[in-house]
Amino acid sequence: MNDLADIGLGGLAISGILIAVALALSLVRRLGLEKDLLVAAVRALVQLLIVGFALRIVVDDDDPLVFTWVWVVLMVVVAAWTVRRRAPEVPNVIPLALVSFTAAAIVSLGVLFGLGVFEPTGRAIVPLAGMMVGNSMTATVVVARRIVAEARDHRDLIEARLALGFSSHDAFAPHLREALRTGLVPQIETTKTVGLIALPGAMTGLILAGVEPVDAVRVQVAVMYLVLGSVSTTAAVMALGLTKGLFTSDHRLDVAARPPTP
Amino acid sequence: MRQSLAVTEPGFELKGVRVEGSPRPRLDGIDLCIPADGITVIAGASGSGKSSLLRLLNRLDVADAGSIAWRGVPLAETDVLMHRREVGMVFQRPTVAPGTVLENLRLAAIDLDEEAAADLCSLVNLDPNFLGRSATELSGGEKQRVCLARTIATGPAMILADEPTSSLDPEVTEKIEDLARRLAHPESPMQVGWVWVSHDPGQVGRVADRVVVLSEGKVAAEGSAEELSSHEASDVRRAVGGDR
Repeated sequence: MNDLADIGLGGLAISGILIAVALALSLVRRLGLEKDLLVAAVRALVQLLIVGFALRIVVDDDDPLVFTWVWVVLMVVVAAWTVRRRAPEVPNVIPLALVSFTAAAIVSLGVLFGLGVFEPTGRAIVPLAGMMVGNSMTATVVVARRIVAEARDHRDLIEARLALGFSSHDAFAPHLREALRTGLVPQIETTKTVGLIALPGAMTGLILAGVEPVDAVRVQVAVMYLVLGSVSTTAAVMALGLTKGLFTSDHRLDVAARPPTP
Repeated sequence: MRQSLAVTEPGFELKGVRVEGSPRPRLDGIDLCIPADGITVIAGASGSGKSSLLRLLNRLDVADAGSIAWRGVPLAETDVLMHRREVGMVFQRPTVAPGTVLENLRLAAIDLDEEAAADLCSLVNLDPNFLGRSATELSGGEKQRVCLARTIATGPAMILADEPTSSLDPEVTEKIEDLARRLAHPESPMQVGWVWVSHDPGQVGRVADRVVVLSEGKVAAEGSAEELSSHEASDVRRAVGGDR
């Protein structure tokens, strides 16, 4: 198992040949991406080395789990910040993203560790939380941006429904549904086709590390369910929180939260 | 010019209503009584605060200062959802929901049967055969008539109409004006009052029982179109078609 997982410094250097292929393509086709490619390759190496050393403390079974949970909290905070960067037009997005990721962490990690699917060790918590946060981030950004766009583009229709005596919840329901579908459908499609087009990361990693493929599949399926559950939770919490902020308690589109008209 | 009907039933009462805006307040110290019956036209130039006033009456917006009461009860104390069904609104830009005309009408009255829906179509001069058609594919004028029928389907005591005929041709405009007058008539079984925003002086003369002219967020004048046609201020006379 260790033989497969340990590629050594030489192996790492040889894999760099593939960067040279990308550089050559950029040079030959005059893409002007050489600098970006080099920076990306070096940054990935340095960042992952730092993360690797930090993870030694976090996943060490002899160290208390507090380091592990601090790591998870950091991931959630960085993810919330990233959502803010990718969806700058969304009002109050950082607190909403923090609540969304926290809710997803409680639900999904609670099921996996609380019901004994995985042992609650640093070695399990960190990668699972990472996959939960990483996969949820994209859906969260898509849902948040879509809700703001729906409120902006369909303001007339929303106010027409309000004027007919609809509650704000009912007036926005079709738009909320559309935003949630847009955020969730890609993940559902990915789950449907998993294994047919590409082998998923966790399973690939386990097989490379020498685990029996069927054992790796069991872990992978649990991970896919974790991802689907956490993507749904983050998207739903973000959507509901954002929608609530768009309206006042007396069923008006909140002037402060009203997206700018195009 | 149309003769004014006797308008007596109390409707909206506004006291010191102010809505902030930039560079000047959109509404500035409005004191006004609008009867619940007849047709009250809010006239005035673009940006004078007509639509802002209408949105306040439907409670789509709230005033920054002052108070508004409907039939003696402050709007802040009424159930907003009930109020919006009692005082319906038709917007300047006709907005229909995806789906058929019938489905749009059922947004207002979920149990509306096809016969009643066809009657509503006839009322607003829309072919009842349109009930099965996609509402989003109708022309602007047809959409506006669907919106009007949808608002009438809630059984309102009053309709707030924000330049409802601005996207309609003269022939349909005349039919809608006629419908408003019929619904507002004291002997109509529906007895619907109207607050009708218009910047068309000709229309003001045709439909108004009473006119309120706004200018830069303030009430410049109020009275019948006939009275205001000889008002001392030229913009008031212009708003009611008395100064051409």
